Amino acid sequence: MNYIPNILFAIVLLCGIFFFLRNVKKLYRNIKLGRDVDVSDNKSLRWKNMGSIALGQSKMVVRPIAGLLHIIVYVGFIIINIEVLEIIIDGLFGTHRVFAFLGGAYNFLIASFEILALLVIISVIIFWVRRNVIRLQRFVKPEMKGWPKSDGNLILYIELVLMVLFLTMNAADYQLQLLDSEHYTKVGSFPVSGYLSMLFDEASVSSLIMVERTAWWLHIIGILFFLNYLYYSKHLHILLAFPNTYYGKITPQGKFKNLESVTKEVKLMMDPSVDPFAAPAEDAPPPEKFGASDVQDLSWVQLLNAYSCTECGRCTSQCPANLTGKRLSPRKIMMDTRDRLEEVGKNIDANKGNFVDDGKQLLGDYISHEELWACTSCNACVEACPISIDPLSIIMDMRQYLVMEQSAAPSDLNNMMGNIENNGAPWPFNQMDRLNWAKEE
Amino acid sequence: MGNELKVPTMAELFASGQQPEVLFWVGCAGSFDDRAKKITKAFIKILNKANVSFAVLGTEESCSGDPAKRAGNEFLFQMQAVTNIEVMNAYEVKKIVTTCPHCFNTLKNEYPELGGDYEVVHHTQFINQLLEDGKISLNGGSYKGKKITYHDPCYLGRANNVYEAPRDLIKKLDAELVEMKNCKAKGLCCGAGGAQMFKEPEKGEQDINIKRTEEAIEVKPDIVAAGCPFCNTMMTDGVKAKEKESSIAVLDVAELIANAEDL
Repeated sequence: MNYIPNILFAIVLLCGIFFFLRNVKKLYRNIKLGRDVDVSDNKSLRWKNMGSIALGQSKMVVRPIAGLLHIIVYVGFIIINIEVLEIIIDGLFGTHRVFAFLGGAYNFLIASFEILALLVIISVIIFWVRRNVIRLQRFVKPEMKGWPKSDGNLILYIELVLMVLFLTMNAADYQLQLLDSEHYTKVGSFPVSGYLSMLFDEASVSSLIMVERTAWWLHIIGILFFLNYLYYSKHLHILLAFPNTYYGKITPQGKFKNLESVTKEVKLMMDPSVDPFAAPAEDAPPPEKFGASDVQDLSWVQLLNAYSCTECGRCTSQCPANLTGKRLSPRKIMMDTRDRLEEVGKNIDANKGNFVDDGKQLLGDYISHEELWACTSCNACVEACPISIDPLSIIMDMRQYLVMEQSAAPSDLNNMMGNIENNGAPWPFNQMDRLNWAKEE
Repeated sequence: MGNELKVPTMAELFASGQQPEVLFWVGCAGSFDDRAKKITKAFIKILNKANVSFAVLGTEESCSGDPAKRAGNEFLFQMQAVTNIEVMNAYEVKKIVTTCPHCFNTLKNEYPELGGDYEVVHHTQFINQLLEDGKISLNGGSYKGKKITYHDPCYLGRANNVYEAPRDLIKKLDAELVEMKNCKAKGLCCGAGGAQMFKEPEKGEQDINIKRTEEAIEVKPDIVAAGCPFCNTMMTDGVKAKEKESSIAVLDVAELIANAEDL
């Protein structure tokens, strides 16, 4: 017996898994560059959110057309992956359709894979048309130029090719079964590729085997390639949507976190027994930086958010600032955060595990002040995100840095804050006049 | 004068050994902004009519800190919060009602961790409760056949999932409630949140309040109802900019109720 295909297959499979795990390690390392945050609370609610939002796609269907198409592709890929299990076993042990012993159930499985594959092909084509022919607004915003655009299309091409290979493989297999070819046991039900196999009517057994084997190999190599493509792509969401919805915000959207470091300072100021001139203890840690100017200042959940973003643009299409022509786009906030995080990660790789200052940061080099000050904190982006990403929290953290570390608020806001400080209202009215309305006619 | 407003302060009641059931948090807009003061008074009329045991802080009230926090000044926010909490805890406040969704959100969600734990309700929720308890009654005759559209304030709706209380009140007015294409969880911001109220907008093609007003005008309402003094200002400005002020009124839900009752 010839073991070369088996060995070759094992090598290809191990390489695919090895590189994937290497990327996972890098991903984990980069996400952990963020500040620690305690998200160990409310486990049952978090599981429930993951179940309904990620697994159940509950927020995808807010937009019914995109939602339905997405569910088809999502279910298609999950179900068709059962087939991948068979392919791996066949590849390693030189068997052919090892699950065939399931009989009727196997026929049913193959038939449903085929129908799903066809539906996926149709959905992917519609997705492509929406991006490239109809050019839906949210897919052609400025931040979608270049790689993000190619990435979006590449994913669709890869999915299309994988599905076509799967059906071609089945079509050739079916034709071989009809010709009573050895090794190709009569099994499976081919509602879609049954029609395709007519193309192979005239083909000889040897060329059919050639087609079947080629499609089989390209299909599994394609899947392994796709697995390794994820790290470089917005398509990473197929994995990260799950942890991301688990760790997503569970408090009311309007509740913004109170900075603990500030609370400590405020308490000290309000405590009359504290000596304001006391020197800090020798071993006291340096004062914490307020807010965020770079990715390391964000929490690891916010960095996970950035890697999970699928760049669908639902946030941006609901953002009042973006809708009225301002430069702010919540999606760009997430894309910038990921790009900068990648840059920091590469810097660490290049410098033996240490980050060497590159004179750049997220604030200013990626996200402009203008974008940050355009936000109305209305939470439309947070509500719109189908996988619980919170762009608003990053905007707020960066505003905190601008105001508390740099005193760089727009002058109007400085006036407003001065008024609050001096007279307890955002306008210059005396606090002693606060009840005058009760006496006015 | 029978229709003079009764506005007791916490200090007065405290001096006479009384403890009101609820604190009416007026807010900066409600205290100082000419348009918002009318909303404050409309709500006071309802409170008086229902004989609610309430008080205001008056000169002891200070900005909740919301605009400072959303502008990024966490320090100023917490100073405001801690000061306000000290005052309210001294008066042993248990329940707060407010006409401002920004104060509502901040007091409800951001004060507890700083030592201020109160039951906080928006005035539309409070009025609903008064109706349910039979403390006031409504005959919405004056609004019969009027088309009212309701603009969701972000800090009441999305931020705190209060969508139905204001709508329930409008429905009780016998008026026709029409929804804008973007409403409830998808409601478009008026443009004032996140401290935008106090600054010029960043440059763009359009002001946000104009866009929102256009969405309101699309459903051809007689009245745009709001539940937030800042939304009210933004929508009023929008209606004026569209030269529709003679045909479309912008009113707070409290004003709708007070007018219907002819208080």
